[in-house]
Amino acid sequence: MTTKIEKAGPVGTPPPAPENIKAIPVRHYGRWVAAVITIALLALLISAFARGDVNWGAIPDYFFDGEVLKGVRNTVWITILSMVLGVALGIVLAVMRLSKNPVTASIAWGYIWFFRGTPVYVQLLVWFNLGLVFDYINIMPIYKDEWSDFMTPFLAALLGLGLNEAAYMAEICRAGIQSVDEGQSEAAQALGMSHAKTLRRVVLPQAMRVIVPPTGNEFINMLKTTSLVIAVQYWDLLQATSEVGQNSGATAEMLFLAAAWYLILTSVLSVGQYYLERYYARGSSRSLPATPLQRVRANLLSFSNRSGGVGA
Amino acid sequence: MTAMVKAEGVHKSFGPVQVLKGIDLEVAPREVFCLIGPSGSGKSTFLRCINHLEKINSGRLYVDGDLVGYRQKGDKLYELKDREVAEKRRDIGMVFQRFNLFPHMTALENVIEAPVQVKRETKAVARERALRLLDRVGLGDKAGNYPSQLSGGQQQRVAIARALAMEPKLMLFDEPTSALDPELVGEVLDVMRGLAEEGMTMIVVTHEMGFAREVGDSVVFMDDGVVVESGQPREVLTNPRHERTKSFLSKVL
Repeated sequence: MTTKIEKAGPVGTPPPAPENIKAIPVRHYGRWVAAVITIALLALLISAFARGDVNWGAIPDYFFDGEVLKGVRNTVWITILSMVLGVALGIVLAVMRLSKNPVTASIAWGYIWFFRGTPVYVQLLVWFNLGLVFDYINIMPIYKDEWSDFMTPFLAALLGLGLNEAAYMAEICRAGIQSVDEGQSEAAQALGMSHAKTLRRVVLPQAMRVIVPPTGNEFINMLKTTSLVIAVQYWDLLQATSEVGQNSGATAEMLFLAAAWYLILTSVLSVGQYYLERYYARGSSRSLPATPLQRVRANLLSFSNRSGGVGA
Repeated sequence: MTAMVKAEGVHKSFGPVQVLKGIDLEVAPREVFCLIGPSGSGKSTFLRCINHLEKINSGRLYVDGDLVGYRQKGDKLYELKDREVAEKRRDIGMVFQRFNLFPHMTALENVIEAPVQVKRETKAVARERALRLLDRVGLGDKAGNYPSQLSGGQQQRVAIARALAMEPKLMLFDEPTSALDPELVGEVLDVMRGLAEEGMTMIVVTHEMGFAREVGDSVVFMDDGVVVESGQPREVLTNPRHERTKSFLSKVL
């Protein structure tokens, strides 16, 4: 048999691969049972909602309502601004905490201790109600105004969320900076690079690989946490949908609508996070993982190749 | 002629542990100076003192006639600012046991980083020299590879090219082949041999006795923070006078 096959093939071609094993696979009856039970529970849940007195039509009607869209815009806006404030201040705090200066190090420690140790909801309320203790804001040469005009809902939301976030970002950045091998800064310094340049060109880019994934989580968390700014009367997504719900009588439906919008926004952020992590992974593994798009394209390509092969 | 490196009674301790207990030695320009000795004898620490990665506790250390890390005015010593220390380090290349290439940069980017960032050279100038240096260490075709895509021997050769890109007058090698698979040691030693032939002043901490014998101009045997024996490689390696040198060599040869 084998000699025959070898003769059939051109000289020099390797012998054909041995036949694949054909065996009866193990039957996983437990998996079938589990699948049936979970589908049944899901069906119960869906039927309960179907029988409930939900005016489903109200959701598409108000999905792109002007007030709701304004809420969406504000939610996205306050999320981005709070994160920018949080990341910028967080990096500063992390560097302060790691510095050799005992004063800056302890001040950073104290900041993190305070802002991580109190609930963000309380912090928001405090910012909003500072008007009860201050009548005026007076930054001597630059700015002077009545406190109530100065501390708008927007500013209270931004300070409450951003300053709280900075405490968490500081710890994330510190962990990232400390994760970089000491040999890296030694090599940079041996080349004559200054401390600042070593941090910026060598340490931070490598720390990013550790910093980015939790920061992405923080971003998604922040998007959801912004729903608390209802406490300072900022017109965010939740505030908008609640208002619309009260006026239209579809309170529960509008909450579903808000949930749908939050889901859409967090999904978009997850995709962004994936690509960002991929970018900072360069050099850390031999080849970058394919993006979903590349994977689809590769699959299509191999598919067309296969069909071409069959045709030939 | 001033010595390239001169040490006078150099002491260094980490907390209560005394690592260097009075090192006196002199390295002439264009000399290949090999430091051998058991681990923990202080050879690597001494090497790191030369470019001020470690601060010495007492004694004096000079590179090319200048005090390392300090400025002397009258009989007072002033610590150099970070910026001044960095400036001095530009002229001293260092190659590490664990390569310490920047993993987020390609081989080429590793080599041009310091000339562009520290010496403010244009990218084009730095790039041209970098490609020439990579060619010289036999890696002209690997310029676009990240360190993780290179073997240990290739990484160490890139690290040598990176140090040479600053056109140093002195090169420090800290056990450059100790982290390599045995069959990769040769390619790194070949590059170092070529460098020695061109007249680079080199201080090499090594366990490669063959290299020390063939390439070295002088060999110093250190043990327990002191220089036990020094001289020409032939004498020290084949005809050691001290018991400690003899017993060390009998173990490694």
